[in-house]
Formats: sequence, structure tokens, C-alpha cells
Amino acid sequence: MMNADLRRERAAATFQPELLTHILDGGAERTRRRKEIEALVINDPDFQHEDLNFLSRSQRYEQAIRKSSLMVMKLREYGIADPEEIYWFKSFVHRGRPEPLDLHLGMFLPTLLTQATPEQQDRFFMPAWNLEIIGTYAQTEMGHGTHLRGLETTATYDPATQEFILNSPTVTSIKWWPGGLGKTSNHAIVLAQLYTQGQCKGLHAFIVPIRQLGTHEPLPGITVGDIGPKFGYDEMDNGYLKMDNFRIPRENMLMKYAQVEPDGTYVKPVSDKLTYGTMVFIRSLIVGDSARSLSRACTIAIRYSAVRHQSELKAGEPEPQILDYQTQQYKLFPLLATAYAFHFVGAYIKDTYRRISGDINAGDLSELPELHALTAGLKAFTSWTANAGIEECRMACGGHGYSRCSGIPDIYVTFTPSCTYEGENTVMMLQTARFLIKSYNQVIAGQRVSGMVSYLNDLSRQRIQPQHVAARTVSVRINDPISLVEAYKARAARLVEAAAKNLQAELNHRKSKDDAWNRTSVDLVRASEVHCHYVIVKLFTAKLSEISNAAVRAVVTELCLLYALYGISKNAGDFMQAGILTDAQITQVNQRVKELLAIIRPNAVALVDSFDFHDTHLGSVLGRYDGNVYENMFEWAKKSPLNKTEVHESFHKHLKPLQAKL
Amino acid sequence: MALLGTSKYAQGIGLSGVNPDLASERQTASFSVEGLTTVLDGGAEHTRVRRAVVEVIERDPVFSRENQYFQTQNERYEAAVRKAVHLQKKMHEMGWREDGPEFIYIYRAVAGDVAFLLHRVFMRSISVLGSDEQVAKWIPLATKHQLIGSYAQTELGHGTYLQGLETTAVFDTTTQEFILNTPKISAMKWWPGDMGRSATHTVVFAQLYVHGKCYGVHPFIVQIRSLWDHSLCPGITAGDIGPKMNFEHIDNGYLMLQNVRIPRENMLNKFCEVQPDGTYVRRGSQKINYFTMTTVRVSLLSDEVILPLMKACTIAIRYSAVRRQSKLNPGEKEAKILDYQTQQEKLLPQLAAAYAFHFVNNYLHKLFDRGYKEIQERNFNSLPELHASSSGFKAMLSQYCTAGVEICLRACGGHGYSLLSGLPSLYTKILASCIYEGENTILLLQTARFLIKCFAAASAGQPIPQSVTYLAAVKPGKCPAKNKLDFLNPDIYVEAYQHTAIRLSSSTAAKLQDLIQSGVKKHEAWNQCTVQLVQAAKAHCHYITVKNFVETVEKLENNAGIQKIMKHLCDLFALHGIFSNAGLFLHDGYISGAQMDMITASYLDLLGVIRKDAVPLVDAFDFTDKSLNSALGSYDGNVYQRLYEWAQKSPTNQQISPAYEKYLRPLLHNKLSKL
Repeated sequence: MMNADLRRERAAATFQPELLTHILDGGAERTRRRKEIEALVINDPDFQHEDLNFLSRSQRYEQAIRKSSLMVMKLREYGIADPEEIYWFKSFVHRGRPEPLDLHLGMFLPTLLTQATPEQQDRFFMPAWNLEIIGTYAQTEMGHGTHLRGLETTATYDPATQEFILNSPTVTSIKWWPGGLGKTSNHAIVLAQLYTQGQCKGLHAFIVPIRQLGTHEPLPGITVGDIGPKFGYDEMDNGYLKMDNFRIPRENMLMKYAQVEPDGTYVKPVSDKLTYGTMVFIRSLIVGDSARSLSRACTIAIRYSAVRHQSELKAGEPEPQILDYQTQQYKLFPLLATAYAFHFVGAYIKDTYRRISGDINAGDLSELPELHALTAGLKAFTSWTANAGIEECRMACGGHGYSRCSGIPDIYVTFTPSCTYEGENTVMMLQTARFLIKSYNQVIAGQRVSGMVSYLNDLSRQRIQPQHVAARTVSVRINDPISLVEAYKARAARLVEAAAKNLQAELNHRKSKDDAWNRTSVDLVRASEVHCHYVIVKLFTAKLSEISNAAVRAVVTELCLLYALYGISKNAGDFMQAGILTDAQITQVNQRVKELLAIIRPNAVALVDSFDFHDTHLGSVLGRYDGNVYENMFEWAKKSPLNKTEVHESFHKHLKPLQAKL
Repeated sequence: MALLGTSKYAQGIGLSGVNPDLASERQTASFSVEGLTTVLDGGAEHTRVRRAVVEVIERDPVFSRENQYFQTQNERYEAAVRKAVHLQKKMHEMGWREDGPEFIYIYRAVAGDVAFLLHRVFMRSISVLGSDEQVAKWIPLATKHQLIGSYAQTELGHGTYLQGLETTAVFDTTTQEFILNTPKISAMKWWPGDMGRSATHTVVFAQLYVHGKCYGVHPFIVQIRSLWDHSLCPGITAGDIGPKMNFEHIDNGYLMLQNVRIPRENMLNKFCEVQPDGTYVRRGSQKINYFTMTTVRVSLLSDEVILPLMKACTIAIRYSAVRRQSKLNPGEKEAKILDYQTQQEKLLPQLAAAYAFHFVNNYLHKLFDRGYKEIQERNFNSLPELHASSSGFKAMLSQYCTAGVEICLRACGGHGYSLLSGLPSLYTKILASCIYEGENTILLLQTARFLIKCFAAASAGQPIPQSVTYLAAVKPGKCPAKNKLDFLNPDIYVEAYQHTAIRLSSSTAAKLQDLIQSGVKKHEAWNQCTVQLVQAAKAHCHYITVKNFVETVEKLENNAGIQKIMKHLCDLFALHGIFSNAGLFLHDGYISGAQMDMITASYLDLLGVIRKDAVPLVDAFDFTDKSLNSALGSYDGNVYQRLYEWAQKSPTNQQISPAYEKYLRPLLHNKLSKL
């Protein structure tokens, strides 16, 4: 029986959610296939288990490794080989959580494929494919993360025995964080500073056995273990690794590109730009993950807000659904719009990457630097926004959001590391800024730039026509997404220029380039943010014309307008200061945002239904499709570990003696 | 430290044992750290007492929190009960009394990690709502822990809106009893602390019915577990509500009542009574009770909201002085991450906010002390102002500090994500403060209601409470600042905050009026303005906080460099607020675009100034390593050793992984197909 409130909400929707689901999936056929794979997992009794919230960390790890083993076997049994389909299968099996074989499947095997010689592939790939070898990728160290060149682990070549001697020379050099390292793996690809013939040749990758095959005991010279409890990632055995004069044969250095010859002669790699491609790919996944994680949180919060009744809007009337409060809509609907925006951005990067990576193989890398720069910023922008948005959704669920049964705490702790991994967000923003400043300087030098930064070309023209700014003010039409894209573009141009000028001013004052850069970095991060914001509004707007169904297009257009106008309202200072909008227009924007909340309200539940998360995947009592929240909270709580016995043992141990004594 | 005893691992550790990167930060302090600690404590005597209490608690191994991050919910709960019991003994032994000067420091020293906090609320509610006979009967029993109490207000379907509660208490004149019931699932009591496993009694809030008539929500003392064997009483269903983001040590519970009968005398009847024949009598004024509830919001700010932000700042700033990452200048050592402007921009405004809120908390306490005196003299005039202040500041501080702790967490990169950093548990705990004792949005709307009323009164020339008299001072104008240094003049920025606060209240009031005049129903007009109303309430609180910070700095004695560094922090807090809310200040042109650029410049300059004293400024909070319970934030800065050694103690490293035999072994031996 569906909750009456939710039934009413669904009946009142002005569009068919399935049609929007197809758009999100990239076509009706993709939706069908996704659901088919989902059904394979959900109907499989092997993948059932107790609610993870009630398990200890060790038990969660155990469940995860059990499911991972089955997953690998079943993927092969079903012949699922398309990367996207593997991704679906995996996320249904693990319900969007990390798992101990992530690094083996996602980093160890691919690195062998791209960086191992044919001889090394013969030795390692098939055993790894068959999981006789389980590997991880050991890069970060205790004292070193994003700045790779700072890694301290050493691999010193000994020509006498034709071996590398691996060492962790300081406590800060202990490998720290790699997933699957703590308990699962028996091999690791270790990144270390290569020393040969007395010289340091920089970072290289080495295949290092760490545990004895058969007994799984650490090998002599290897200290390995789990780094302890974390905010989330309970399923993952993130580990540490310390090496003391640990010797591996020369042939264990990954030598497809750089090589060390038997006598110790170092042969340089041809090019290292190729790694750009992988980074772009992984960042595009994070953008997609930002969209999905935020969508899940929105689904939970919006369905619950339609079921929950609280206080009174009007004296004497029944308590209204909390979704009817303007403050609640103001918290949730902009996030809903953001989730849609990020979906489209994620799809765009994936498509562009696919198109360009064809070019990589054909040798045309010309578009890669821009995409690389853009994805760095978008990774940071979307993960920061989604991170805050998930918390906002949880907060909007009041007290019950704080319970693990809401599922949002878990979404948050699983998602929040993406602000740090694959490049810390501030560092990512500064990478994008470097590209923006470079582009700006090209324009100043009289060259034209292309792609998403082409708006910088207009800057020189504006300087000749100072009235241009004033002319722009009146031209913004707040109900026209295309006009709003222009407003965002003008804001980006202004803030990139401001950052570039501030940087120049610092350079004029100081000797050091790096010092000037650091003293401008807050401005530079802002410049990147507004650039990304512009790109997102632009991509969202561009999506509208691709939607053929009128009812769907209408509701997505409302979301797009809300996204753009809410962004202006929240950053009104930028738009006013740049003279893009007057304060009267800002007042109109604020008013229009509130009107849009009311317009979107009847479709809110249908808009989260369109994300099409299965209850199993959503993992939330508050966000259940049928809306039967309270009954199921009670059922859930009864399974809590504290309820295993009616009288808790602490009564006999502590309470009773206390009462007796006093 | 045995494993790291070899000399190469001791590299970089000075003779004092303090990481030289931290030692050097302390050598250059521009002010007396001890002097500032004394200011924060409110006098040297307080500092002495606090340290003495902390010393006693931390020396006792029962109170150790070292293994906390490794424990399951069951283990946390048991430890909390054990500590609560032990604390009783300890207090007796030390001669500490609940009304003594030590008491406020005890809870702080155990970091709130004890059971029976709701037992205290149970006692307080009886003291406030009970008659003299009821107090005489129940308080001694509770004091001696012959019963353990809880406080059951919220229900599964009802939180902040008390009138919506659904639990019923029907008076039966024939037996002189109340019959309590949970009529439907959404009426089940849900969340009360200590109720899931510990409590034997609880104060249940229920709709009172006499002769078929409903008299609204009233409090009843209900026994839920046997005093003998702790089994549930007849008609009672109770248990733990399951895992949460934090508070694993507390057994938040559920409670279902089925025809539970309690004697007539168990209704707390200081203000309302049902007489034997069913006559309902109301007496006295509930205003004092109302005042008590309001006080709770203010009393939690210090320990639950401001201290966690101070701790998070301490951890993140010390770690940022130890962590080195990338190079600022080629050829140099990797730079301390605290030297990056972007890192300063994340952390230093949080540090300034921690100080700003500490001082505004002092202001609130003074306001409430004065209010309390007036109320004792039966003068209730200040109640609306006190209520509005407690609501608004609770909401603003909890929201700001929660966000601040999360910023600190994320500023520590990957290691911040480890529970051993201490930051995740600080965060998951503080964020509950945004919800309990009134959900923040609802509280801000209550403050806004007060502001709108006062604004109308001021416009009509009627007297208004002191904290809002500024609303009467509507004067259009422009900010007079000419250059970036002008923005270091408190008069300039306080005026800007005041202007914005007035503008937001007045424009919202005008819009409400317009809507009502155009025929929109009053409640609907209110709902349509709520987003703006929330903004107005926040602007009011922000203004008071800035103004109070300025006044506090002016009153500080100008010795030992303290006033000077506090002035910098005050400037930073104020300018960061304008920088982050630029739209609000630019809106009516009070601040021009050019002035906003000056503010930004001054703000960024201040980051560099405060950077130099960042470590001494967190040292002044005077947290012991044990109270921080963080591998990243310890005083000596030996971050990596501590992290490594602590991780090795993780249970995951002490047991052979059961997963290996069961799953990994078959997997590794290529027996995939047999699984």
C-alpha cells in the first residue's frame, strides 16, 4: 500500500517520469538494459544480507569481500564486459559503496595493461585476472598526497643481484590509504623514487609482492596493516605499507616506457602526457558520482518531506506536508535542479572524453589540455557542491535524517572523500585557474582562444567600448536561460580578468612568481569557480533543446531556470559589482526564484522518481518509494544491536551495583 | 614508541619532543598565550579550577577515550554507563558538588561521553513542573540513582511542533488513574536519550483528556522498567532506535504505551492539576517554565557548539603547521600548508568565528542573568527578547560552527577522514545541535517574528527592547570608507552590518504588509516571506555578534598584545562576513563595487597577519591532548608517529581476518567457480 500523500503527489505530476529517466540514462534502450542488470543482482539471493548499519566494521568488510568474489564470478558468467554495464552491476551489488577489490579492478589491472611490457603481462596479468594475485595501487604516503614529486619511498637498483631494494626511509614515507592494502591484497604497484647509478630518476612504478601466497602472511621486510576506522568506507581495508630493504627482481619495475637495464643504465620514457587521459576519465566519473549521490539524497529528502507533516500553516487546519513550507522548498529544490545540472555535465564530459580519446589513439591531443583543465575544476565544483548539498538534504529531514536509517549519513560519508582524492579540490581549482590565466594572457598578447574560454576574446573589445558594460545591464532577461548564460559568461570574464590583474599587480611587487601566485590564490579559486559555474549553466541550457517531449522539456526548463537564477541570487554581489544586473533586477531574480519553487512543487516527487533509484540501492527508510516511513523505522530499530537482549548486560554490571550502593 | 625508536624515525623531532615546525610557530607569538587563556576562562581562578578538574579526570583510566574510535555501539554504550557510575564515585571522592565551581568543567573534561544526561533533564523537569510534594518524592530517589529517568517528548511523527503530539493520557475517575496510550505508530515516543536501555522512569508528554475533553499537552511520570530486574513494565514496549551518525554512547529510545495506568499524582502539577472528580485547574504563570526552556538553548552553546569549533580549529591549524605539501618557491623545502593563502582562507575565518562566538556567548549569559533577576521580581517584560535571542543565536551559532567544523575536517585532506584525526566525530556530534532544542529554520523564524513586531512598534514610535533599538534608526546613506584601511575601523563595518540588518527587516516587513494589503491571507503571506525572514534574523544575529566583538575588544586591557591580536580577529570576522555575503551589502548601494574590492583586499591582508599567530591563538584554547583525542592535533605535533602507532592498535590489525579463511583463501587459490 502506497502512502496516500505520495500517491497524490504522483497523480498530480504534469509529465511522465519514465521519459525523463530515459534522458538521464541516455535513451530508452539504456534504461531497459540498466534495469535488466539491476534485476540480475536484486533477484539474486547470493547478494542478500543483513542491513549493513547493524554490522561491525569487520563484518562489513567480510560481507563486501564475499560479494566482491561472487561479483567477479557472476560478471564473467553473464558475460558482462562493457565498462558502463560493469559499473552498474558493481554499484547494485555494493549499493553504491566502495569494496575491497576496487583498486585491484580499477587500478592494478588497468595499470598492468597500460604500463607493463608484454613479458610482464604474461607473468602478472592472467594470475591477476584470475585473482590468484590481488593487487592494489600504493601511491600516497603518510606525509604526501596530491604533490606526487614529494613522495619519499625509494627503489635503489643493485646491479650485483639485478634487484631493486625498496625502502620506507621515514615515518612520513609509509604508504598510507591505498584501498585493499590493509587485509586483502598480496601484491601492490608501488610508486617510488628510482635510484640507479647514484642518481635519482624520479617516480616509477614497481610490482611488489607483499604477502605470502598460500598463507597470506606478510613477507619478511614488509610491514602491512589496516589504517584503522574512518568516517566511512567501512567496507574498505585502506592500508599502510612499510618496506625495509625489501628486494624485488629488476623485471618487476613496470618498463613499458622507462627502463633500467641490467647494468643499471636508465632509459627515459618517450612521453608522459598520456596519463592525462586516465585522469580526465576518473574525474568525469567523479562528476557523475556527484550527480548520483546528490540525486539519492534529494530523492530521500523530497519523498520524506511529502510524507512528513509538521506544525500549522493556517490555524485550525491539519498539519501540512513539510514540502509545502517555502523554507523547505528553498532548501531542496535548488539542490534538485543542481542534481539535474550535474547529470548533464557528467554526460557531457564522458561524451567529450570518448570523442577525444578516439583522437588520442589517432594522435590528436589538441583538445586534451582544455578538457584536462576543465575537468579538474568541474570535479572540484561538483564534489564541493554535492557534498554540501547532501548535508543540506540530511538537515532538511530533521532529527530522523540523523539516524542511519535515513541512509543520508552513509551517502555523505561515502561521498565526501571525493573532495580529497584524485586531486584535492583547492589544488584542482588552481589547475583550472592556471589554464584560465594562460588563456587570458594569450588574449592580451593578441591571440584568439577557443572552446569554453572563448569569452575571454571579448575582453579586449570591451576595453575599447567602455559603455559595453552598461549596455549589457538592461539586456539580461531573467526568464530566458540563454540570456542567463550570457550573464554568467560576463561574470566569469570579469572575475578571470580581476584575478589576472591582481596576479600581475603582485608580480610587479615581488620577485617570486610562486609567491605572487600564492598571494592571489583566493582570487584564482574564485575565478575557476565562476568559470565552472558558467560552463554548467551553459551545458544545462544546451540540453533543453534536445528534449523532444514538451511536458518533460517544460519541467526541465523550470529546473534550469531555477538553477541559474538561484545561483545569481546566492552570488548577487558578483553580478551587481560587475554591473551585469542592477539591484532592482536582483530583487526580481529573488522573487522569481520563489515563484519557481511554487511552480516546481507539484512535480517534485515525480522529478526524484525519475532518477529511478531502486529501494535496495537507495538504502533509506525515509526515502522508500511507497512512503511507509514510520512503520518501517520501527521495524528497522528493532533490529538494532542494542536491542538484541531485552535487558542490556550493563544493567547487571553497572546499574544494579550503583543502586545497591547508594 | 618502540617501533619508531630508531634514530631515523626520530628525525625532525627537537629535544623538547615538540615538532620544530610547531615550536617555531610558538616562538614568534605576538601576545601572551597564558594571558589570553585567562581572558577566555574569565579569570585566573577559573583557569586554575578548570585545569585541576581536567587533571583529575584525565588521570583516571576509566575516563580514557583512547579506544573510543574502535568501539561498537554496544561497547560505547556500556562504557558510557560505566563512566557515569564512576563519575558519581569520583565526585563524591573529590568533594565536587553539582552546584560547585568545578561542575561545568567536569562534563567538558569527560567530553560528554557519559550516560544519564537525560536523567538530569528528568530531574530538572520535575523541579520546574512538579509540585512541592512531587519534588520531595522524586528528587531524592533520582539523586540517589534509585531510579533512572528520561524525558519523552518527541514522537516518531512529531518534533518541534509540540501541540501536534499524539500520545494520550485519559483520566479515569473511578480508579483515579491516567490511562496512557500510543494510538498510532507515528505517536510512538522516539529519540529520548537514556530511554532505549537505561531508564526506569520517564516524563511522558501526552494530550490530556478528562471526560472526553482535550486539555492539551501535559507531563506525566511513567515507570517503564522494573526497579528490580529492569524488565519492561506491563503495557510498555521500549528499545533503542538504532545506529546514528554519532551519540553511539547514548541509548536514544522508542516507547510505546498500551493502556498503561499511572496514579493521578503522577501528572506534574505545579501549573495544572486534575482534581479527583476530574476538575481541571490551572494555576500560576507558566512564564518561568518558559524561561527555563529558553535558557537551555543558551546553556548548550558553550559546550556543544563553540568548544567543538575551537577543538576543530586547534586540530586543523596545528596539523597545517606540520603538514608540508608542494613547494611555494623552487629550491625550498615543501611549504607548510598553513602558508597557502587558500588554506588560510579556509581556517582563519573559523578561528575568528570561534572567538567571536565565545564573546557573544558571554553577552548572552549576561543578558540572561539580568533577565533571570527581573523574572524573579515577577517582571516578565524581557521574555520575548530573551526568547528571540536564544532562538536566533542558537540557530546561527550551531549552523555556523557546524559548517566551520566541516571546513576544518576537509582542510585536513585525507587524514581528516580518519576517525583518528578526531574531526569526524566532532563533526557528527555538533551537527545534531542544528536540530535538537528546536530546528534551526523554525528558531530563526521565531526570531524574525520578534524583529517584525519590534520593527512595527518602532515605526509606531513605541518603546522596544534594547537589543533591537537600532531598528528605529532607519537612515539611508552610503558607506563613507575611502580606502581599504578605512575598513579596519570598527565604526565603519559595524555601521554596514547595522544598515544591512535594518534593510532586511524593513524590506521584509514592507513585503509582508504589501501581500496582506493585496488580499493574501496572513499565514500565506508569512509563508511566502519565510526565506527573507530567515535572512533578516541571521543578519540581526550577525550584527549583534560583530558589535559585541568590537565592544569586547575595546574593554580588553591593552597589555601583553592581547587587545591587538583580538582586534585583528574581530576585523577578520567582520570583513569575512561582508566578503561572503557581498550581495546583501551591495544590494541598495550602501557599499559600492569599488568599496567591496577594498574590503576584499583588507580581508586578504588580514589572513597574512593572523597567520603569524595562528598556532598561539589555538594554543590559548588550552585543550589537553586527551581532550582533543586526535592524532593530528596534539600539542607536540608528532602527527605521523601518533597516527601510525594508533592505527596499529585498531582491532582490524589485532585479529586474523575471518574473511581470509572464508573468502580470500578460496579466491586467491583460484577456486572462484566453487564459491
